[in-house]
Amino acid sequence: MRKVAYVLGLPVVLFAAWYLISAGSESFYAPPLRDILASFGRTWTLDRLQADVLPSLLRLTAGFLLAAVIGVALGVAIGLGPRLRATVEPVLEFFRAIPPPVLVPVIMLFAGIGNGMKIIVIVFGCVWPVLLNTVEGVRAVDSVQLDTARAYGINGFDRIRRVVLPSASPQIAAGLRQALSIAIILMVISEMFAASNGLGFTIVQFQRSFAIPEMWSGIILLGLLGFGLSLLFRLAEGRALRWYHGLRAASKGR
Amino acid sequence: MRGLLGLAGLLVIVEALPRSGLVDDGYLPPTSRIVAALGDEVVTAEFWQAVADTLTAWVIGLAVAVAAGVVVGVAIGAVPVLRAATSSTIEFLRPIPSVALIPLAVLLYGTDLGSTLLLVVYAAFWQVLVQVLYGVADVDPIADETARSFRFGAWARIRHVLWPTALPYVFTGVRLAASVALVLAVTAELVIGAPGLGKMIAVAQTSGAVPDMYALIAVTGLLGVAINLAARAFERRTLAWHQSVRGEVPA
Repeated sequence: MRKVAYVLGLPVVLFAAWYLISAGSESFYAPPLRDILASFGRTWTLDRLQADVLPSLLRLTAGFLLAAVIGVALGVAIGLGPRLRATVEPVLEFFRAIPPPVLVPVIMLFAGIGNGMKIIVIVFGCVWPVLLNTVEGVRAVDSVQLDTARAYGINGFDRIRRVVLPSASPQIAAGLRQALSIAIILMVISEMFAASNGLGFTIVQFQRSFAIPEMWSGIILLGLLGFGLSLLFRLAEGRALRWYHGLRAASKGR
Repeated sequence: MRGLLGLAGLLVIVEALPRSGLVDDGYLPPTSRIVAALGDEVVTAEFWQAVADTLTAWVIGLAVAVAAGVVVGVAIGAVPVLRAATSSTIEFLRPIPSVALIPLAVLLYGTDLGSTLLLVVYAAFWQVLVQVLYGVADVDPIADETARSFRFGAWARIRHVLWPTALPYVFTGVRLAASVALVLAVTAELVIGAPGLGKMIAVAQTSGAVPDMYALIAVTGLLGVAINLAARAFERRTLAWHQSVRGEVPA
């Protein structure tokens, strides 16, 4: 009971405060929350969700998954080869330091403004945190475990699958979490640049046509989306890394 | 040493790909032309003005975010009731992508510094706040109770127990916030058109000055690397007394 009150208390208070304070608002840019909520139902109908939100989410998923696969594969290769790692590390650091949205104009040159461009933008932005975290995780694999596996003749792909990847997975998960928030940002940015549908495109359209309550409702939807996706990721991570969290909790409680 | 080899390799590849015709040089100009474009840019006053604009937005935004994050974080972290009451709200607000605020920033501030700052502060604030909260949670209960039994007041406890414990976390937060702030500063300039490097990239793109575009993008990358290195060096110097740094064997 107390716990529920703590979880819900402040959000309810803030929401109520926003509702009450904005109730009589004459300001053009900050309309009453009642209007925003009313327009939320009107704006984000099933058709709209299908026409604009679904393509965005599909591009996000495609880009994120591709980045995860590429990042982990390259990361394992680089992490296992110390000489390769020393050679490419500064290049990777440089690519990671480039703010991902500035890649949008470059990728537009190569891939036009279609779905391909948006997916490539997301892949290009997300791959660095996954890649660099995988490299770190692979580097930190217990050398005794590696040697043991070698002594038992576990080689090649099996060694990567049974020893290297499980041991690096907490780090990889940390990289994927960073990548997810970058992916959402890039999904929106790439649609703001050039698109004919999508969440980012629609919100900017509302702003340009001064449909302010609709714009606010779009911002709220984007916020809910970000929150929902991070919740989903946490659940997936909690499931996949249950052994790791259990291990940590056990060693902490000692 | 090998790292230099890698960088040189990248430059050679970028030179060779368009020259061999594998990639259209209208899309990816060879290194030599990008470097030439960079050479033309760095002698202009506009370029340095843009760098200054971007860094101004970065510095102000980061400073505001760090100050707010530390004050709010310590206040929330030091009072258990507040901590319990705010955690759900923080968990909800933190994953909201900062780019969702772009339309709002445009309406409120147009293409001024203000809209860049709004995005930078919003994005960087959470990085600092979350780290400060972790840091405050890490306070050794025995140290805290010792301070209590010596009748340290609330302020003295914050100053002498809580703050030294939280400091390494604060620095991690600042380091993360510094790179996020640069990303958001450039993004805001690129998308909204606030003055700075991002806007120059957008202008280069629309006018088809492809080598200049690549040169400017490389500059943002170099800025990012410089900020990372500076933040790490600063952290190591200021925290020289701390265990996490002391334990590091200089390479």
